[in-house]
Amino acid sequence: MAVVPPTERIWWKERIAKVEIMWVAIAFLWGLVMFFMMIYWHGAGKQNISNEAYRTDPAVFAQKAQAMAEQYKVREEAGIPVVHPPPGSDVYLIARLWQWWPILELEKDKAYRLHLMSMDWQHGFSAQPVNLNLQIHPNYDMVLTVTPDQAGEFGIICNEYCGIGHHTMVGRLYVKE
Amino acid sequence: MATATQFRTCPTTGLRVDLKAENLIKANAVAAVIFLAVGGFFGLLVGLTRWPAVHLLPADWFYLALTAHGLDVLIVWIIFFEMAILYFASAILLNSRLAGPRWAWLGFGLMVVGAVVVNIAVLQGGSTVMFTSYVPMKAAPHFYLGIILFAVGALIGCFVFFGTLVVAKEERTYQGSIPLVTFGALTAAIIAVFTIASGAIILIPTLLWSMGLISHIDSLMYKTIWWAMGHSSQQVNVSAHVAVWYAIAAIVLGARTLSEKVSRTAFLLYILFLQLASAHHLLVEPGISSEWKIFNTSYAMYLAVLGSMIHGMTVPGSIEAAQRHRGLNRGLFEWLRKAPWGNPAFSGMFLSLIMFGFIGGISGVVMGTEQLNIIMHNTLYTPGHFHGTVVAGTTLAFMAITYLIIPLIFRRELVMKKIAQWQPYVFSIGVAGLSLFMMGAGTLGVSRRHWDMTFADAALKFDYPEAAFLMMGLNGLSAILAALGGIMYIAVVVGSVLFGKRTTEQSLPKLNVIASYGSADSVKVPGTVVMVAVFFTAFVLYYFINWKYLSEIWPLS
Repeated sequence: MAVVPPTERIWWKERIAKVEIMWVAIAFLWGLVMFFMMIYWHGAGKQNISNEAYRTDPAVFAQKAQAMAEQYKVREEAGIPVVHPPPGSDVYLIARLWQWWPILELEKDKAYRLHLMSMDWQHGFSAQPVNLNLQIHPNYDMVLTVTPDQAGEFGIICNEYCGIGHHTMVGRLYVKE
Repeated sequence: MATATQFRTCPTTGLRVDLKAENLIKANAVAAVIFLAVGGFFGLLVGLTRWPAVHLLPADWFYLALTAHGLDVLIVWIIFFEMAILYFASAILLNSRLAGPRWAWLGFGLMVVGAVVVNIAVLQGGSTVMFTSYVPMKAAPHFYLGIILFAVGALIGCFVFFGTLVVAKEERTYQGSIPLVTFGALTAAIIAVFTIASGAIILIPTLLWSMGLISHIDSLMYKTIWWAMGHSSQQVNVSAHVAVWYAIAAIVLGARTLSEKVSRTAFLLYILFLQLASAHHLLVEPGISSEWKIFNTSYAMYLAVLGSMIHGMTVPGSIEAAQRHRGLNRGLFEWLRKAPWGNPAFSGMFLSLIMFGFIGGISGVVMGTEQLNIIMHNTLYTPGHFHGTVVAGTTLAFMAITYLIIPLIFRRELVMKKIAQWQPYVFSIGVAGLSLFMMGAGTLGVSRRHWDMTFADAALKFDYPEAAFLMMGLNGLSAILAALGGIMYIAVVVGSVLFGKRTTEQSLPKLNVIASYGSADSVKVPGTVVMVAVFFTAFVLYYFINWKYLSEIWPLS
């Protein structure tokens, strides 16, 4: 009875049914499998976050993004520059109320060092329909090497609540063959 | 003090009931149910707004309702009810007087004031910052103050609980060790102290910041410490609702756990490892090492998950053993088929157990895997998961034990017995729908905390797949069903407390205690073994399916 004191006073010495011991052992081993799976994926898997980040002033980050946009701008959409930076380069994406800036145009199967940072509150980078989600903070320049392996037009949705215009914060990303 | 305490003797258990403790249990339970009604109402508004065809509220009201929903149900309802459970598991189960009832009333008062203040702050409109209130988004000072007052009240309640354990031990009101349910409540209370301490460490500076006395709070630090409160408080809920499962199995079926040692060790694993779960919210965050993420998110090699998996077997196992002891021995599942499914305390408890394991538990471990989080973070998968834990698990378990608290503590018979019988089923189907459809929409990429999945007002457009809209429609229907289950619960509770017939000795449930199942070697629970095997297979398959999904997204390093 779980609502009265144990019948055996020295309950920590009681014998345990075999079926319970079996289950504890299986559950424990499964835990180990899941634990080492994460470590294994760091070696064998292709989807890992670098955790590389730098404390940066928003103004400094904005300047870098501005410089990249000026240098590699190819056209404009809805007043936002579409930028086609060279493969392998550092590309910058600004998250701010309520916009992703600029629109990036990348090449398929080429690696880019993508920098992400918020200018104000926290935002969520959600590339759709890839379903790749990252948390974006102010004052932290988050760096990932990303290799888009599908061509097409992708949406960047903000999926961290950022105030009344949150649901209008949609960006775009192109991947060219 | 002791002489001033008045007792009555419970005809069901033969225990002495401290009337002061009884009044505190009543007060906390009533406050809990009131805030469940308020928070549940906001939840229905949220569900109907996220149904694209209905899209009920305007954006500002939607975000406000979502903030209020999170605070009122996830914090206020659950913690008020947990205070009732702490007083029940200490004073009542230990046959003791409650230590410092005046302190307990002070705690209760602070919790009421805090809950009201935080609701006012949210309804004024200046604190639409979501339950999580991530900095640098700023709420009004009294938003943080309300939460702090509520937490201080809850902390006082925890210490009244600890004090009662000391009093009961000193005054020898029980023999040997504390009961398993009290042990589970103790687990909850210990984690609660850690939780509230973490909350104080982050919310007090944030309050000062919102008053303009501190210039800057680092967003990453805030999240790390805030979730040491936010996630640990969910572990308080897990410990409390597992204790409730054991309590209901014991009171309704006279079940005793297969092994005190195993069940208590499982609770101990919670105390030792659950607090690491802040990491679950930081897996796609910049600037935190993978070593830290992996160790913490797995509760040091899944040792707390191990605890839950143990309870997942020992709770149904103890029910099966008790039923077989009564002679329900035919086949694998006669014990389950002939369980008291018409008793809402039992059906609610068993549905809570199943849904917490299959929906909340599995999805939580999958989403809490470092890399898998990339395809789930902040999508609707997240609320899908925690509606499986906190609503299907905790809330339903608390609803279930309410059907025992009303006759045993309020000493009233249930009114509208038919509605009470159906309530756990209606609520369960609704909540299972909510969880599964949100998880489905999240898998299709739909964002959580988002007013408009059509992006009608956005400068750049994006279209979610049609299936995502279907999911959100079904989610809205599930919200209506869950709300209906909630209304049925509140109607039965309020009706019974106000208008229920006084219980008589005949009308009270009888305890049918099973002292032992024989020796450890003779315990046979084949039905439970099958259920656990099904669970384990589902877990393993679903886990690796998600690795497959992950392997299909863009390479990242």
